[in-house]
Amino acid sequence: MAAAGTESLRWNLAEEVGVSGCNGSGSEEFHVLAVDDSIVDRKLIERLLKSSSFKVTAVDSGTRALQYLGLDGEKSTSAVGFNDLKVNLIMTDYSMPGMTGYELLKKIKESKAFKEIPVVIMSSENVLTRIHSCLEEGAEDFLMKPVKKSDVTKLKDFMVKGDQAEKGKRSSIKRKMDDDILKLTMPPTAIASSSSEVEDQSSSASHSPSSSSSSPCSSPCKRTRLQ
Amino acid sequence: MDVIQMQRTWVEYTKSLYREGYLDSQFAQLQLLQDESNPDFVVEVVSLFFEDSERLLNDLTKVIDQQQGVDFKKVDAHVHQLKGSSSSIGAQRVKNACVAFRSFCDEQNIEGSLRCLHQVKQEYYLVKNKLENLFSLEQKIVAAGGSVPVDELGFL
Repeated sequence: MAAAGTESLRWNLAEEVGVSGCNGSGSEEFHVLAVDDSIVDRKLIERLLKSSSFKVTAVDSGTRALQYLGLDGEKSTSAVGFNDLKVNLIMTDYSMPGMTGYELLKKIKESKAFKEIPVVIMSSENVLTRIHSCLEEGAEDFLMKPVKKSDVTKLKDFMVKGDQAEKGKRSSIKRKMDDDILKLTMPPTAIASSSSEVEDQSSSASHSPSSSSSSPCSSPCKRTRLQ
Repeated sequence: MDVIQMQRTWVEYTKSLYREGYLDSQFAQLQLLQDESNPDFVVEVVSLFFEDSERLLNDLTKVIDQQQGVDFKKVDAHVHQLKGSSSSIGAQRVKNACVAFRSFCDEQNIEGSLRCLHQVKQEYYLVKNKLENLFSLEQKIVAAGGSVPVDELGFL
C-alpha cells in the first residue's frame, strides 16, 4: 500500500510540474497566435514576430482563433492538444468584423484552459475607454498600430522573464517532490522522528520558494501603453 | 547605367519619397525587417497592400455609387481598413487622405465623400507608381550584381 501511495503521489506531482511550461515542447521558442482581419497586418506581424524568434500562427478572425484553440465547442478541431502547438501568447487586433478583439479576449479569459495565456490587443485608434476596458478584462498590454520592432522586443523580454520564473517554480517543485518521495520511502521509525522536519518543509513550501515570487504571466508587466 | 549610378539613383529617389511625404518612417521599419533570409519582404507586403487597396477602392466606388442612398457605415468600414493598411506600410499620403475621408463619412456628406474618394484614389495610384519604380530599380541593381544600399539612407 505504501508503494501504491508513493506511485500516485509521484504521478500527481509530475502532472503539476509538466503542465505549466511556458515553452512549447521543450524548445526555446514561444508560439504566438496572431489574429487580424487585415492581410497586410498579418504579414507584418508575422515578420516582426519571426524576427524576434517567435513561432507564429496567424488567423484572420476571432472565430478562427477560437477554432484553433478548440474553444468553439467542436472538440475535435482543436490543434492544441499536442505540446508542439501550445500557444504562449495571443495578439489580436481590436477592430475586426464579426468578433472584435475585445470579445475574443473575454472568451479566452473565461476559459479554464486558456485564461492564463497573456493576450495583447492591437489597435490603430487611441481610444482611452477602449484601452481601459481591455486592460480591465485582463489584457496584458494594448499596442498602438502600426506595431513596431521595439514593441515586439519588449514582449519577448516579458515572455522570457515569465518563463524563467516558471522554470524557477518548477525546479523548486521538483526538489520538494524528490524530498517527499524520499521521505515516503524511509522506514516508519525514521519518519516518526523526523515528523517535525516534514512539517517545517511543508509550511515553507507553501510560500513560493523561488526568488521571483509571481509569474509575470498572471500579473501585468505594464498596464498602459498610451502615446 | 552602371551599378554605382543605379545605387545612387535609388538612394536619391528613396530620399525624395520620404521628403515629399509619400512614405513615412513606417516604410523604413519595413526595410529594416528585410534581410538575407527574407530578401523580398518589402515587395511582398507592398504587393499585398496593392491587391487589398484595389479591392477596397472598387468596393468603395460601388457603395458610393448607390442610387438608393449611401450606406456610410459601409463606406467608413472600408476607409478604416484602407487607412489601416496604408499606415502599416508607411503610405503616408494615402493614410492622410483616408483620415479626411472618414470625417466626411461621419457627417454623412456625399459630396465631400466623393471628393475624398477621388483624392484617395489619386494618392494611391501615385504611391503605387513610385513604389513600382523603386522596386524596378532594385531589381536592376540586383540583376547587375549589386546590392540595394539601404544603409546609405542615413536615418535607418
